[in-house]
Amino acid sequence: MNRDAPLVLGIETSCDETGIGIVRGRELLANVIASSMDEHARYGGVVPEVAARAHLEALRPALTEAVATAGIRLEDLDAVAVTSGPGLSGALMVGVGAAKALALSLDKPLYAVNHLVGHVGADVLGEEGPLEYPTIALLVSGGHTSLLLVRDLTSDVELLGETIDDAAGEAFDKVARILGLPYPGGPQIDRVAAEGDPKAIRFPRGLTLPKDMEKHRYDFSFSGLKTAVARWVEVRRDAGEEIPIADVAASFREAVIDVLTSKTIAACKDYGVPRLLLGGGVVANARLREVAQQRADSAGVELRIPAFSLCTDNGAMIAALASELIMEGAEPSSLNFGADSTLPVTDIHVH
Amino acid sequence: MSNVILSIDTSAGTSIAVVKDGTVLSSRSTPDTMRHAEIIGSFIHEVLSEAGIASSEVTHVAAGMGPGPFTGLRVGIAAADAFAFGAGAILLPMNSHDAIALEFLDTDPENNVAVTTDARRKEEYVSFYTGLDDQGCPIRAHGPAIQKPGEYIVTDSAYVQATEVPASWLGVLAERMLVAGRAFLPFEALYLRSPDVTMSNGPKRVVQEMRGGQK
Repeated sequence: MNRDAPLVLGIETSCDETGIGIVRGRELLANVIASSMDEHARYGGVVPEVAARAHLEALRPALTEAVATAGIRLEDLDAVAVTSGPGLSGALMVGVGAAKALALSLDKPLYAVNHLVGHVGADVLGEEGPLEYPTIALLVSGGHTSLLLVRDLTSDVELLGETIDDAAGEAFDKVARILGLPYPGGPQIDRVAAEGDPKAIRFPRGLTLPKDMEKHRYDFSFSGLKTAVARWVEVRRDAGEEIPIADVAASFREAVIDVLTSKTIAACKDYGVPRLLLGGGVVANARLREVAQQRADSAGVELRIPAFSLCTDNGAMIAALASELIMEGAEPSSLNFGADSTLPVTDIHVH
Repeated sequence: MSNVILSIDTSAGTSIAVVKDGTVLSSRSTPDTMRHAEIIGSFIHEVLSEAGIASSEVTHVAAGMGPGPFTGLRVGIAAADAFAFGAGAILLPMNSHDAIALEFLDTDPENNVAVTTDARRKEEYVSFYTGLDDQGCPIRAHGPAIQKPGEYIVTDSAYVQATEVPASWLGVLAERMLVAGRAFLPFEALYLRSPDVTMSNGPKRVVQEMRGGQK
């Protein structure tokens, strides 16, 4: 096996995106993403069984396209990589079954890796060269809101905090529904918030009171915020008032972003880590990027945000993380691992 | 040229076999319905090793498309599809019940047989066969369908309530169908049930709930 710049194909099926990525060392060759988002739109959120069915159908076309885009021959691969967790169990299993069989069909080693650490690993594929460690990483998506301290990408990742209820992306979806906006909510809230005043309504910042901070310094909570928005809107609707949708959206968005960025920058300061990496689909939110940049700048923290196609769930980040493991001499996974919906971030490489 | 068929079925437990020119060279099966994703890799590896078949020699991959409970069923189909892709083999999507029927009818080809497998939720998947045709393939007269236990009854028929789908017989049938030039299924899992989802009636009221809770 080439351990200097391994050619790795990564399979990611942890949620509603079927991702097939191919990397050579730290060079991105292909990043094909087939999303079932449209199928979930009418339900207002990801339906696990719908997502899992879509993975099965999308797998072969995505594999075919990725290999063609990368311009490689399958037999030239050094390894196959796959997300073992965390994620939706039934969805993960499609990828795990496929990855094991693909590796065996090619007589190639297989590396099972952690989805969340994969988001951090996406950074190595950027133009600027890999981030120095340690770094703080904030991963925000429809399924995760996690704050990580990454001392070493392949061997030392610590979960500082995470959401104790809804993920940030989920909160965007739910508030969009309250405001009568379509799914997915993130881009919709972002669009209408552009015309609104973020200071119009002071919505609560979850887990920021002193008593909460003792126990949940780096944890997040968005469920109470969502309820606060719902109550605010209902009271005015009941009174027959017009709802200032732009102001509600902007104020809600500001509350989410304020708490995400303030806790994250606090972690950078507390741990003396002047580097921050953002990942996850919510990074598409322009206001999040803007506030993160402002706060990082004033705290003297270097901010890194991978290209958006590497921020959403994708197979390239899985291939990239496996590639780093291979370059460090890590042995392949056994054939016996499964899908682990709650895989902790400390399990970077599943054996 | 020989047909070397890797046969994979996870519509009940996990069952994998290698069938070369109609002869079963190796097989592995377990009725365990909880560990498809964990088991499937080792089973594929073991059947190929035991048969002395290199991956690149596999010409066809037979995939049991169900009917079966969704989560486990998909593991085998995904594996079959990916193996076929990697090995450059032809994927043969098949009805899993046909393998159970063939196992029963192969020594008693004139008989009728009803085949059922567990569909969970107090239901079962059912198919009914009226013997083998002159190429040795089961003739399916009903199904696959989903039913309450005992709903579809043929009184003068044998009845097989299967807890495993033998990939060996699936592979043997694949060979017979290839030789007879039969059509295989489209690449669609036989779920026979829609995903469990309820359409949203819009956001729930929170103010009323709070009052109801007397807060």
